Amino acid sequence: MSDVTIKIKDREGEIHEVQAPTDMAMNLMEVCKAYELPVEGTCGGMAMCASCQCYVLSDHKLPEMSQDEDLMLAEAFYVEDNSRLGCQIPITPELDGLEIELAPES
Amino acid sequence: MIKTDILIIGAGPTGLFTVFEAGLLKLKTHLIDALPQPGGQCSEIYPKKPIYDIPGFPEILAGDLVNNLMEQIKPFEPGFTLGERAETIEKLEDDTFLVTTNKGTQHNAPVVAIAGGLGSFEPRKPPIPNIIDFEDKGVAYIIRDPEVYRDKRVVIAGGGDSALDWTIFLADVASEVTLVHRRNEFRGALDSVERVAELTKLGKVNLITEAEVKELKGDDHVTGVGIKHKTEGDIHLDTDYFIPLFGLSPKLGPIGNWGLEIEKNAIKVDNSYDYQTNIPGIYAIGDVNTYKGKLKLILSGFHEAAIMCQSAYQRIFPDKKYVMKYTTVGGVEGFDGSKKEAKKEVVKAIV
Repeated sequence: MSDVTIKIKDREGEIHEVQAPTDMAMNLMEVCKAYELPVEGTCGGMAMCASCQCYVLSDHKLPEMSQDEDLMLAEAFYVEDNSRLGCQIPITPELDGLEIELAPES
Repeated sequence: MIKTDILIIGAGPTGLFTVFEAGLLKLKTHLIDALPQPGGQCSEIYPKKPIYDIPGFPEILAGDLVNNLMEQIKPFEPGFTLGERAETIEKLEDDTFLVTTNKGTQHNAPVVAIAGGLGSFEPRKPPIPNIIDFEDKGVAYIIRDPEVYRDKRVVIAGGGDSALDWTIFLADVASEVTLVHRRNEFRGALDSVERVAELTKLGKVNLITEAEVKELKGDDHVTGVGIKHKTEGDIHLDTDYFIPLFGLSPKLGPIGNWGLEIEKNAIKVDNSYDYQTNIPGIYAIGDVNTYKGKLKLILSGFHEAAIMCQSAYQRIFPDKKYVMKYTTVGGVEGFDGSKKEAKKEVVKAIV
């Protein structure tokens, strides 16, 4: 099993350095939930709720935003230029060292 | 007062299937749901999304699953209190429960099954600092009576179906309708987007895109909104009403204050036996409950519903013995007089 390291800043500003597997078809939202970080993932990962919105702090190359994700972010709150939905970011070896911050709960 | 055997809180797939399992045991059921239609998340969030892990259905749309469940439970004639949220619960002297909704509808049953999924759906409120101060004073998250807006100025915010649909509807009711959306693209149905564009051209809708409502003005009632436009900066609009329509998000809600043992926003149950909570007679099934090894899957909710109903039967009829029967043997006998059973000649042929 190959893991990558991801730094997640929670809503209190605490940084969690977590190990995320690249061979389990997980996405960033699921990794947050696995580590019991306060991410709801209400829609289960269908880009339909924005409860897993995060801000990407590092300059990692991420998958292109799908239209579903783009339109969901158009309706979400606290959206910034670096906003993404965690459920739409699959964990791959390229994400090693990724730094994100959880967007405020809405 | 509505009386039943099992009062089910939540009309999602688990709640609906509980009607069937209870019906097999000749127990009457009534469901309460905050949403105006049955189906829970499946109907509200993703009716057109396929589900692949329902046994026997290689693929089924969430909305179709709900339709099938409604068909399956029809013979058991469940009652529904829809569009109302279960607010309070009280244990009565006769050991039954009195559940009252936010609209005052009272329900009485010896058993309560909470099948509330992720909770009751509440409107998503935009982060405008003083928005709570104006609730019911010009701010509404749900349109209950469109006539309230007749000949009034209305600002709607959002980019989904609700925002588009109500913009279209109110264009003929209100004196002035403004739709504010953060993007030029909308998430709603294409024909609704086209209709809004057409109404904008006709001057019946004032469309402001790439903009967000950031501020509310007024004293006892909303009198205006402050809008931040991406290129034009701050805009002020006088209005009588502000209606933000950004969908719904689930919250555990009043159930969280019922004295039930809660762990991580879910209700703790005894899964080694019957999914009963720490209050005897109140069960929690489906996504709303938690126990060691819990899987939040629709199929887990179905299983839990079946187990829970057996336990509920024993609670209601402590002196009666009941042996679980297969529907292939016992058939399904509805409260409406309908009966489904295996053809006897087929059974004979097998024997």
